[in-house]
Amino acid sequence: MTGKPARLVQRSKNKGIQIILKYARMLSIKDLKVSINGKEILKGINLEVRTGEVHAIMGPNGTGKSTLASVIAGRDVFDVTGGGVLFEGKDLLELPVEQRACEGIFLGFQYPVEIPGVSIINFMRTAINEQRKYKGLDPIPAPEFLARMDAAKKMLEMQTSLTNRSVNEGFSGGEKKKNEIFQMAMLEPRLAILDETDSGLDIDALRIVANGVNKLRNQNNAFVVITHYQRLLDYIVPDFVHVLFDGKIVKSGGKELALELEEKGYDWIRKNL
Amino acid sequence: MANDQQNILEEVTRQDYKYGFYTDLEMDVFPKGLNEDVIRALSAKKNEPEFMLEFRLDAYRKWLTMKEPSWAHLNYPAIDYQDIIYYAAPKKKPELESLDQVDPELIDTFNKLGISLEEQKRLSGVAVDAVIDSVSVKTTFSDTLAKHGIIFCSFSEAVQKHPDLIRKYLASVVPVEDNFFAALNSAVFSDGSFCYIPKGVRCPLELSTYFRINAANTGQFERTLIVAEEGSYVSYMEGCTAPMRDENQLHAAVVEIIALKDAEVKYSTVQNWYPGNKKGEGGVYNFVTKRGICKGNNAKISWTQVETGSAITWKYPSVILMGDNSIGEFYSVAVTNHYQQADTGTKMIHLGKNTRSTIISKGISAGQSNNSYRGLVKIIKRATNSRNFTQCDSLLLGDKCGAHTFPYIHNENASSIVEHEATTSKISEDQLFYCLQRGIDTENAIALIVNGYAKEVLKHLPMEFAVEAQKLLAVSLEGSVG
Repeated sequence: MTGKPARLVQRSKNKGIQIILKYARMLSIKDLKVSINGKEILKGINLEVRTGEVHAIMGPNGTGKSTLASVIAGRDVFDVTGGGVLFEGKDLLELPVEQRACEGIFLGFQYPVEIPGVSIINFMRTAINEQRKYKGLDPIPAPEFLARMDAAKKMLEMQTSLTNRSVNEGFSGGEKKKNEIFQMAMLEPRLAILDETDSGLDIDALRIVANGVNKLRNQNNAFVVITHYQRLLDYIVPDFVHVLFDGKIVKSGGKELALELEEKGYDWIRKNL
Repeated sequence: MANDQQNILEEVTRQDYKYGFYTDLEMDVFPKGLNEDVIRALSAKKNEPEFMLEFRLDAYRKWLTMKEPSWAHLNYPAIDYQDIIYYAAPKKKPELESLDQVDPELIDTFNKLGISLEEQKRLSGVAVDAVIDSVSVKTTFSDTLAKHGIIFCSFSEAVQKHPDLIRKYLASVVPVEDNFFAALNSAVFSDGSFCYIPKGVRCPLELSTYFRINAANTGQFERTLIVAEEGSYVSYMEGCTAPMRDENQLHAAVVEIIALKDAEVKYSTVQNWYPGNKKGEGGVYNFVTKRGICKGNNAKISWTQVETGSAITWKYPSVILMGDNSIGEFYSVAVTNHYQQADTGTKMIHLGKNTRSTIISKGISAGQSNNSYRGLVKIIKRATNSRNFTQCDSLLLGDKCGAHTFPYIHNENASSIVEHEATTSKISEDQLFYCLQRGIDTENAIALIVNGYAKEVLKHLPMEFAVEAQKLLAVSLEGSVG
């Protein structure tokens, strides 16, 4: 990786000693090969994500972007035929889906599903408490839960009544995507993978969603943003951009790579393979 | 994924019944079998007036001429009615004023079920008429109710103290010869509950009865009669759990509700009798006749049921809409798992003008179970401008269970409208994955999705019951995907 200092240096006020904190390695994908029904989709992905980083993964349709997101989250319609994924030192592929979530992995779905009769409030309280249980914590106190919910709704300019509605039921495309970011804000994940969160959003919603992501960015978490378009990256400025093409990351660079892609199109990548 | 999910489903749906325990109370038991002598002995034991004995004998003679119904979508071995004990009562029949006097073992049983009378008395303001086997052991809150002129007592007590009311209303909604099981019940019913709400009284408490089947080989024949006088209101709750037994236990209850002019009765049931083990052995056979009549104008009867137990369920809580503008409602969640079979639904009989009925039925099938909805909507010629809305949904968990819908509609009246909607669905892998990805494990995800599915029905339950019902749904299913 380039473009980011690998070390963070802090000076202790009292003792005058330098404390060196490494940017912690969070997600480490090594030569990951994945197929579905015998067809290889990911053909050896390598990716390192450290805390505090935002990675953008770009590429044309059908190159394996969503597959990568799904495999990290744990969808098991895929066969992992080679390589591995470490998350904070743990073999991620050995963990069931819900444990990955409890370890701090969040997937913002491209097509969020409807769950009739289950209110967003109930859904979120259940999810938060399950994650807390996993960490050996008591259920979230009601005032804390409500405060967190109010803050998240405010940040995303969501209607108050929306959280009383059933999860995604009858939501517009934009509302569904906002709801994904809302859930991310509620669950406070370590690593958020946003799968084409920008698709189906008008420019105002895009700005609100991106703003939410920016507010949630900090030195302890990381984001992998999957997108077709440069547009989103005007708002969520990535540290790294990767181009996924035919199951492989064929080019990596800083944020300027996205601009170059926008200008030259994916044909430029194709020709340079 | 499909295979894995199937495995998870099978694993979690194989969970054992959580309320399987047996109370060792001293019993006063009749020998097995049924004949006129048994009925006479039973009636004498209960010190009944002559009219009750006549009622029983008449029912017995009619029952002898009747055949067990075979039209339901149910499959079970023939029941030997001579192999059943028709009366069992705790030997010490106490007349108690405080819980201290109650057999400690009985209290312990209630505690295991989480329905301690003490707690209920203090915390929930719910009057409890607790029935263990065949005799009411303890009735609480009678004094509070008495102030309003409300009668809420065991059926036996009502026969002694209010024979005129019993005589007037018993079998007035479910005639003795209505069906095979109703006739049997009429002949041998041992006890039950009686509830009378005087004119214009709004019952200040949710009335609640906990039933419990206890002795081996003992048939349970409960009888419930609720009379709501003009302009009165009552909400009545019935809830059950049963201990695990190897033998099949027959249960044939009859519930009758009479709602007079402007009266409203809300009857809620959570039923969790032993459903049999995961091989389909044992379990309660539940053949129940429940019927209410909106006798006066503007009367309303509402049935809400959450059915998770019993090996066999045969049950159609119905409303006869006799008064003009009267309303009948039926909200049902029926869950079947393992080898359980349920054939349940309702009958809405529209006789009066401008009568309305609503039927919301949610069937949930898992394991190798069979779940059928059977409903009749009948609107006669003079019932002009009547309406029915029926929504009948089935949810399948796994691919070895069955869901069936048998709607019968007879509309003799062109100004009336009958609507019927039906859906069948499965919990999708997408829904499940979505929940899992948020950190919710499979069991809790299923519980969440199923409770969401059943919400339309659960919201009609009284608060105390709704919480219990939600837990029950989670316990009964705990897993699956389509």
